[in-house]
Amino acid sequence: MLLKRGNSLKVIVVLTMKHILKIMTLVVVVVGLWISLLQTSVVPRSYTWLLPVYLIISLGCYGLLMVRIGLILFPTCLHEAVLLQKDIVEAKEFLTGVFPTPCPSFNYQ
Amino acid sequence: MIISKRKRTKKKYTIIIPTYNERLNIGLVIYLVFKYLQDIDFEVIIVDDGSPDGTQDIIKQLQNVYGDDRILLQARPKKLGLGTAYYHGLKHASGDFIIIMDADLSHHPKYLPSFIRKQMETGASIVTGTRYVRNGGVHGWNLMRKLTSRGANVLAQTLLWPGVSDLTGSFRLYERTAFEDVVSSCVSKGYVFQMEMIVRASRKGYHIEEVPITFVDRVYGSSKLGGSEIVEYLKGLFYLLFTT
Repeated sequence: MLLKRGNSLKVIVVLTMKHILKIMTLVVVVVGLWISLLQTSVVPRSYTWLLPVYLIISLGCYGLLMVRIGLILFPTCLHEAVLLQKDIVEAKEFLTGVFPTPCPSFNYQ
Repeated sequence: MIISKRKRTKKKYTIIIPTYNERLNIGLVIYLVFKYLQDIDFEVIIVDDGSPDGTQDIIKQLQNVYGDDRILLQARPKKLGLGTAYYHGLKHASGDFIIIMDADLSHHPKYLPSFIRKQMETGASIVTGTRYVRNGGVHGWNLMRKLTSRGANVLAQTLLWPGVSDLTGSFRLYERTAFEDVVSSCVSKGYVFQMEMIVRASRKGYHIEEVPITFVDRVYGSSKLGGSEIVEYLKGLFYLLFTT
């Protein structure tokens, strides 16, 4: 019974860790590439040691760039606010007409 | 676009609207829902968490106007959270599809037909509204809010690879079975709940489509977004990273 519980727990852990596993796999591949670059000395070692730092800085810059681009291209809709106000006026006219008597709790601004 | 009569009478839609202190908005929302869904078989379930401002009185008056078979009030004693509000509404729903939306007029009911149309065209299990694509958009957000929104979105896209452009939106249509499946596996609260719903749905392999919507920041009342929500968002993001 303990064995079955242990196996169930393992399955649950594997199933619930799917996405983080993908990310870890990516990290492992990148680290593997870095280690192989260090060992083969294709790129001078002094630069290779700093590659992870460059990667993190690049990722950070990419993130900031995406946020900046997103802000510049942020879709806005002033006309929708105007249309909404018209709908609100229409709704208020209808509701004021159908409610039998105005009551203190039903008092739109 | 004309929705064929055969399809129209076959499918019923349940719109679940959680409310708390929405006395000023709920009547307007209901009027607009009925205006834009004239040829659709639907019901509206309003889950109110013991609003002290008289929201339930307004809802009862709306039931007199539109019928208590079209507007169902599910009152709860106090604020018990968004996720449980949807689940509570689901228990009383009779529709084949569940639509969730906010009561503060930030989600305009005029987009409801486009959700329905998209679902019919594609057979999607979930149709989610997105503010971040062409023909979508927002109004009433200052620079800080836009920055927060964009930053949060970029972070979520980078970490979670969700497959949708708007994670925190709460204007969505679900097939009933998909909704039951996904909502029962979500444990987060607040805005993170919406993220968890769509991320879990994506992980479970549900077919998700998007429609552009516009989001006009709330007309009446106070917005419920504060600093603590941002902290909760970040916590939720990392929770989803490790558990989905």
